[in-house]
Amino acid sequence: MTTGTAPPPVTEHDERLRKVGRLSRLLSRPELGAVVGAVLVYLFFAVIAFDNNFVSWGSLSSILNAAAPLGILSAAVAMLMIAGEFDLSIGSIVGFAGMTIMVLVTSPDQGGFGWTLWPAILVALVFALAIGWFNGILVVTTKLPSFIVTLGTLFIFRGLTIALTRTITNRTQLGGLDEVSGYDLAQKVFASSITIGGGRFSIAILWWVLLVVVSTWVLLKMTWGNWIFGVGGDPNAARNVGVPVDKVRIALFMTTAFSAWLVAVIQAVQFTGADTLRGTGQEFQAIIAAVVGGTLLTGGYGSAVGAAFGAFIFAMVKQGIRITGVDGDWFQVFVGAVLVIAVIFNNYIRQKAVKK
Amino acid sequence: MTTTTAPAPLLEIDNISKYFGSVIALKDVSMFVRPGEVTCLLGDNGAGKSTLIKVLSGVHQPDEGTYRFEGAEMNLSSPRDALEYGIATVYQDLAMIPLMSVWRNFFLGSEPTKGFGPFKRFDAEYAKRTTKDELGKMGIDIRDPDQAVGTLSGGERQSVAIARAVHFGAKVLILDEPTAALGVKQAGVVLRYVVQAKQRGIGVIFITHNPHHAYPVGDHFVILKRGQVYGDYTKDELPLEQLIQMMAGGADLEALQHELERAAEEGDQAAENAAAGLEEEVEKLDELTEQRSEDGE
Ligand SMILES: Nc1ncnc2c1ncn2[C@@H]1O[C@H](COP(=O)(O)OP(=O)(O)OP(=O)(O)O)[C@@H](O)[C@H]1O
Ligand SMILES: [Mg+2]
Repeated sequence: MTTGTAPPPVTEHDERLRKVGRLSRLLSRPELGAVVGAVLVYLFFAVIAFDNNFVSWGSLSSILNAAAPLGILSAAVAMLMIAGEFDLSIGSIVGFAGMTIMVLVTSPDQGGFGWTLWPAILVALVFALAIGWFNGILVVTTKLPSFIVTLGTLFIFRGLTIALTRTITNRTQLGGLDEVSGYDLAQKVFASSITIGGGRFSIAILWWVLLVVVSTWVLLKMTWGNWIFGVGGDPNAARNVGVPVDKVRIALFMTTAFSAWLVAVIQAVQFTGADTLRGTGQEFQAIIAAVVGGTLLTGGYGSAVGAAFGAFIFAMVKQGIRITGVDGDWFQVFVGAVLVIAVIFNNYIRQKAVKK
Repeated sequence: MTTTTAPAPLLEIDNISKYFGSVIALKDVSMFVRPGEVTCLLGDNGAGKSTLIKVLSGVHQPDEGTYRFEGAEMNLSSPRDALEYGIATVYQDLAMIPLMSVWRNFFLGSEPTKGFGPFKRFDAEYAKRTTKDELGKMGIDIRDPDQAVGTLSGGERQSVAIARAVHFGAKVLILDEPTAALGVKQAGVVLRYVVQAKQRGIGVIFITHNPHHAYPVGDHFVILKRGQVYGDYTKDELPLEQLIQMMAGGADLEALQHELERAAEEGDQAAENAAAGLEEEVEKLDELTEQRSEDGE
């Protein structure tokens, strides 16, 4: 084909194109760092905590159970961050949604409304989506950085959760969800578990996997995914070629709020109650998981699979420290170190990927 | 010129003004483009050309004046509206996302889909193939449609933006300095595209600082100066020398007269050279396509 004498501008095969193998393509994926990191961290604890049974079904199940809520949040957070935005209010939405459910189902003689569980779960969903929508509207109309806007709503909704719960029920903790009608089904859907080789794996893991699969499908296969990467890469350029930038942003703030609602429901059902402070600090953990998973803080690059591995690393470090008997106070030191190392590593990988 | 009765304008604006705070970017600007014609928009840096085309493509909403498309008055609220009417634009800053691949950039905002319901998805295969084909037609062989746009050369990036607009510009094609970063050959291809678009009945609005690019393809020249229309000429009314003079700026004219005369002479020569070069280029390309189709058989 290309043995002709003419020096054509268009050839069947470009002589300047080197064949790049599967491996090289794999290396340019954003989640690579987190996958390698997860393996390294696992091996690390497998060696130093071998005697403490780190390598066991029981230990694996407690890592995954702890990672699931964080993983659910971080899948949504990763998508939002790829679009170039932050949501610091999700921890507060977890608290707000959980308390909404509890206040609605608590019996009237204890200051509640005496609802059955499923309508309460639905109303909490509507509230959560409304908060997400409010975050999005605030960000796109004020054009302020979402970091500031959602830092504001972090306090607003945590404050509202505490103030309203106290005003209505005079308490900051509500329990007894297992006595409410509808709990049995909810328990199956949100808090059941199966036992494999001595480890009890909770159904939250399944929700986590489902969310990661859907997020990945959206990001890589759907039109919306193309828009999300475009909005994060350069919002002006994206707008100029016809991407509905504001719509994408608002939808993603509603997605993070949705993930917060899901975590709130899972935890309320699992612990048969809620606390006004539930979810505190989880917004940062979710951002850390996303960043460790290769998502760029500046937007335009990242993956939901990476964020899942980020959450896994996070939970592994926590479990490793717990079972080796190291003082729990050291946990934050480890998390901070892992975060910084991950960012340095990811930057390096990304530069390689972009330069090829 | 050759037509006796001119067709009605495809896109027309009347007394458009645009302000950015205290800055008057455009004041009472009127212009139009007819189907099958090329309107060249000329003017100094900062004259307001890019602002004007951003009004035309729906990025900016005008503060005053009317916008008519195919005779109907309308307000574009976003570039998406404009694209739906078949008005496609190559922006001066190209509007590309550096971290995204060439094929994703090409279809960003106008993604082809396949499948139904929740399985409706971005047709990546079609997108990759079309991207490669459209760029191939411009003489740009992107090695790998998966390559990030940020890693392309400046001219390659510009070619992607142009190929994209040509692909989507069903009725009006707006080009803001599309030849700025291009090599002689690619600039020739772009000018040829403009002529082809014109022959297909598309209205083209073409911004350039190069009179030798504007003159051979333009039917109609609008000169902007400090946000206002300074002149609006058909090709008959405006010899190349005069166009060059006007593009060089009226006020300093006398002082620069001699220089300009010389420039105009050289300009004539250059225009002829450019035209001849263009023809050669076209012939070469035609030969090549023939060869390729023969090769294929
Ligand atoms: N968003 C904006 N805010 C304030 N001023 C603006 C804005 N956009 C453009 N301007 C001003 O409007 C004027 C016209 O700018 P414009 O980009 O349209 O010029 P131009 O004719 O395209 O110039 P060039 O040939 O250099 O591309 C400039 O003085 C510019 O500073
Ligand atoms: Mg300009």
